Amino acid sequence: MFVEGVSLSDENVELILRDLIDLYGYDFTNYSRASIKRRILRLMSNDRFLSFAEFRYRLKNDPEYFKRFVEQITVNVTEMFRDVQFYKTLREVVLPVLATKPIIRIWHAGCSTGEEVYSMAILLAETNLLDKSLLYATDINPAVLEKVRAGIFPLAQMKQYSENYIASGGKKDFSSYYTAQYNAAKFDETLGKKIVLATHNLVSDGSFNEFQLILCRNVMIYFDKPLQDRALRLFYESLEMLGYLALGSKETLKFTDISAMFRQVENREKIWKKVM
Amino acid sequence: MAARFDLLVIGGSAGSLSVVMKIIPLLKPSLNLATVIVFHRKQSDDSALIEVLAGRTDCRVKEADDKDDLLPAHIYVAPADYHVLIEKNKTITLDFSEKINYSRPSIDLSFDSAAEVYGPRLACLLLSGANADGVDGLLSAKRQGAFIMVQNPSTAEVPYMPQQAVEKVSCDLLIDPDNLKEFLAAILE
Repeated sequence: MFVEGVSLSDENVELILRDLIDLYGYDFTNYSRASIKRRILRLMSNDRFLSFAEFRYRLKNDPEYFKRFVEQITVNVTEMFRDVQFYKTLREVVLPVLATKPIIRIWHAGCSTGEEVYSMAILLAETNLLDKSLLYATDINPAVLEKVRAGIFPLAQMKQYSENYIASGGKKDFSSYYTAQYNAAKFDETLGKKIVLATHNLVSDGSFNEFQLILCRNVMIYFDKPLQDRALRLFYESLEMLGYLALGSKETLKFTDISAMFRQVENREKIWKKVM
Repeated sequence: MAARFDLLVIGGSAGSLSVVMKIIPLLKPSLNLATVIVFHRKQSDDSALIEVLAGRTDCRVKEADDKDDLLPAHIYVAPADYHVLIEKNKTITLDFSEKINYSRPSIDLSFDSAAEVYGPRLACLLLSGANADGVDGLLSAKRQGAFIMVQNPSTAEVPYMPQQAVEKVSCDLLIDPDNLKEFLAAILE
């Protein structure tokens, strides 16, 4: 790999992954090796470790550094209203069905810093559903959940998000949802009040509720096939009959164990309804 | 006749599509070669691009999906806005992490991760473009024994990217899109 000044063999990666299981109970062995190796290298380089031995020693003996490892190794890139057709479909196809329920429970699995959770809260507010909704936002990385709680995102992104919002069928002035403070956009607290935060590890944790809609977008691309199947089984078990499962634009239920139990929405967006 | 490589990775940015259109008709299925193409592009034109390319070759052209096996006689095009990494078991991993050199997909990442798996059985080709993506990946691929080809900057619509490569990497072959005989010979030899 081309990261300047550090090297990392496949055996080194296996050692690290083994240490994490033994010492911290975190199992990354079913993560895509190419991605995780690159991210470990990036971390070693950013934190200026001179050797693998030094890096491994620190990780094994410093629980604070382990926290940093989890924060840095997981991918926390996300946007508001990314994939406008997807959000249009949520607005026009999925929410009208959910509107008929007395209470709406939505799970954002692998929510990262929460941009998608706030996008969903805006959709719910605009369809007058927010009051009867609960948005469960979970991630393996506790540090990102603090950001979800704060509801503060970089102001520089707002122009792009506003365009996404309009293109996905939003009718309001997007800036009415936040207050600008220096370089940050602080989202309206009424949007955050129905968000429930918890750490949850798709590798090891189980179902914790029954939902009408589960979103897990651009999370499972980092998993190998057996872990993808585990996560999908968990989502299946956590969905109400006729509930919806939403995946990222390059993810699919095709060729998975649970595909027979779901039917994709008609416009072929990456949203499936549990039918069995 | 089979190629002497198992995988060809082509990276291109501004001005590279016309060159790819000239190259892919030469990639006959009998070469037994898998190809990955990493373009910098906008999100909107995915299916149109695949169709345009498919019309020019007998190989199967598809947008790369997560977990795809890299098969001979197939051409995989990186989806807009995802990095394409190659796993040890010769499958594709899509990755939505940070942009690198302002680019996602990153040509550097694909060259680099392909070289880790394929080593000397990999050929890399860097084409026309306006940024510095690709150069670090070529350097890394070169160290791992891959065969390095770069479009001759004097033939490139936007010479910056191949020029950077020529200055920093010891290339095995400079290619001229109007005379691809040497390219084909290098793949076969």
